[in-house]
Amino acid sequence: MTHPLVVTLDKKSAPRTLFYGDRLMEVDLPVGTRVIYPRPPMAALKDVDAAIRYAINHPHNSDPLHAKLRPGMKVVIAIDDISLPLPPMKRPDIRERVLTIVLQQLADHGVDDVTMIIATSVHRRMTSDEIRWIVGDRIHGAYYPDRLYNHDAEDPDGMKYVGTTELGEEVELNKKAVESDLLIYVNLNLVPMDGGHKSVSVGLCGYRSLKAHHNPRVMRNCHSYMDPKSSELNSSVERMGKITNKNLNVFTIETTVNNRMFDRPLEFLAKNEDDLTATERFGLKALTATLARTPQAARQAIFSRVPSPYGVTGVFAGETEAVHAQTLKKSYEQYLVPVKGQCDIMVAGIPYISPYNVNSFLNPLLVQVLAQGYIFNCYRGQPLVKKGGTMIITHPMTDMFDKNHHAPYIEFVHNLLPETRDAMELHKRFEAKFASNPAYIQMYRTGHAYHPAHPFFMWYWGEAGRQWLGRVIVVGADNEYMPKLFGYETAKTMTQALDMARETAPASPDITCFHFSPIMMADVTV
Amino acid sequence: MAASYFDVDGTLVRTNLVHPTLFYLVNQHNPLASAAKLLQTAVRSPQLLLAELRDRRTFNELLFSAYAGTSHDRLHLLADECFDTIIKPALFPNARALVRRCRDEGQEVVLVSGALDFLMDRLAAYLGATGVIANRLEVKDGYATGRLLRPVVAGPEKARLIRQHARDGGHDLDDCFAYSDSYSDVPMLSVVGHPAAVNPDTRLAMLAKAYGWPVLTLERT
Repeated sequence: MTHPLVVTLDKKSAPRTLFYGDRLMEVDLPVGTRVIYPRPPMAALKDVDAAIRYAINHPHNSDPLHAKLRPGMKVVIAIDDISLPLPPMKRPDIRERVLTIVLQQLADHGVDDVTMIIATSVHRRMTSDEIRWIVGDRIHGAYYPDRLYNHDAEDPDGMKYVGTTELGEEVELNKKAVESDLLIYVNLNLVPMDGGHKSVSVGLCGYRSLKAHHNPRVMRNCHSYMDPKSSELNSSVERMGKITNKNLNVFTIETTVNNRMFDRPLEFLAKNEDDLTATERFGLKALTATLARTPQAARQAIFSRVPSPYGVTGVFAGETEAVHAQTLKKSYEQYLVPVKGQCDIMVAGIPYISPYNVNSFLNPLLVQVLAQGYIFNCYRGQPLVKKGGTMIITHPMTDMFDKNHHAPYIEFVHNLLPETRDAMELHKRFEAKFASNPAYIQMYRTGHAYHPAHPFFMWYWGEAGRQWLGRVIVVGADNEYMPKLFGYETAKTMTQALDMARETAPASPDITCFHFSPIMMADVTV
Repeated sequence: MAASYFDVDGTLVRTNLVHPTLFYLVNQHNPLASAAKLLQTAVRSPQLLLAELRDRRTFNELLFSAYAGTSHDRLHLLADECFDTIIKPALFPNARALVRRCRDEGQEVVLVSGALDFLMDRLAAYLGATGVIANRLEVKDGYATGRLLRPVVAGPEKARLIRQHARDGGHDLDDCFAYSDSYSDVPMLSVVGHPAAVNPDTRLAMLAKAYGWPVLTLERT
């Protein structure tokens, strides 16, 4: 018997509505298509502040936070950056609530040498207003910018070597954090690949450490990113994390949220189209039509101004690995949908947001990241689509890039991808030189641009999917050359895309629509 | 090996050509001479303004004519003080770090400026740059004539001088970088494979956006 969230379409089924970037696309899928829906949001904690206090006073495999404090000590608090959660959370962000309680406890114990660092790794620097959103007005006012600032992985005097793993992976981290007496990490865990050792060992590191695991070889051996046990990326990060925790006094605080991405008026976006009420059906039609007629800049402005009403489902504190085990349990509880059997053709809508374009446009390289990176990898067990199968996505793939945030992406896509799509060749021929481009490094350090290594990492992020999938077909692309550059085919309609996909699929192919988002994971058994 | 070519005024330092010139005018051998020089320059200011709007080379020639009669010794005697009091404090916070980054990449770093060579030499030494392409005053019998030696470093001529420098140094221009804040330096930016706009004026910012050139600031935004 199939799970209630796995719906098989019949003749009476309504059309499905998929994300098409920052618009919606209504598609007719054939009878027999399976559509996988996310679980409903888990119940949120009733008293979050009490849960935070309980967690830091009853930690996993660690002394309570108060027992680690002594007057005059140097404390660094590292905080997850804007890539989490997606979209940004309604205020107060859970990080503000955790920080408020932790800072109070530090003050109560005579600890006043406190520095907060946004753990951006090689992501872009957050703006003052973005930081204020996460930490709240009071903390921002008291600490920013002297004692609350973005990590700078390229500060020649700001990084410190910590050690090397038995496999030669070098751990180099933010010097201030390394030299602290206590490093507290405040995490917001959106998906299972977040958190754990990744928080400190990736969030506070630089290119020297990242290249150990953000490379095509490691990415090809992830099955999937969302299943730490089957991810070589996670194994590498864990090895480096153990070195970190051996040398630093780390106290981890992780929080989990449910998948309530859409506020009440838009909740229908997460529902089975056949179960919509008349009002919701009208709302969906109206939203689809309105977005289709709204200029892109206005759509982006609207979406970026609508935070998500996430509910906090768990707060865990203590030793990194013990904490993360609890976090993973909660995360899987929210996201995993049992699915029996793989498909030949997978259909997925690509939304407007990824971890790397909060407050900017989802450029084609990030479309690739969402499709072959995140959505393909939203599985545990087996990939949802069979080896050599086809993935059909809906997105315009507009040749547009944010000139500030994604400056190095432009050169990567327009100058390097035409040379080769082979991740290994890109890695060997171009990465080192491009990643040290002084102009882009300066944009990363003083502007709000992603590090020049980042577009390479984004390409590698799609590597596991690229190796597995036979074809990717884009429905609704507004140009031919961009999909072609990425190795994708194009179709004007879903029907045409399905006909194209059938040409290389077995007779009567299994078609599955992954109704993303909100976020979910397919727990696939064969 | 690649090279990085940096415009200076507005790119690496906040000052422009006028600030050091005023320093020299104020610090003549006696107060009367200073007053006379300042008055002379004030009278010429409408002319300077017009020249700035029309042609950077003419502006440079007019401005530097104010140095006429200054002894060669005095030019160099005051250069250290001018650098310490006018140029060094006006350096953008990350200018030195950017030059250091270029040097770490094994690049030759050349300052390409309409300013005067004896000041740029000091700036290059401070930043760790390896070369200077700058204007040179003509000196006769130990005194500046107020004329510039050819070629005058300004506008499109910068591009030609960069090409020549790259050719002489064996640099492939496709691998080279250029940094400027001004639309007047588009020729210089256009000859290299990696142009970048630094604190750009409006016209350069628009052009950089259109061509996808990196736009960077040397102060945290």
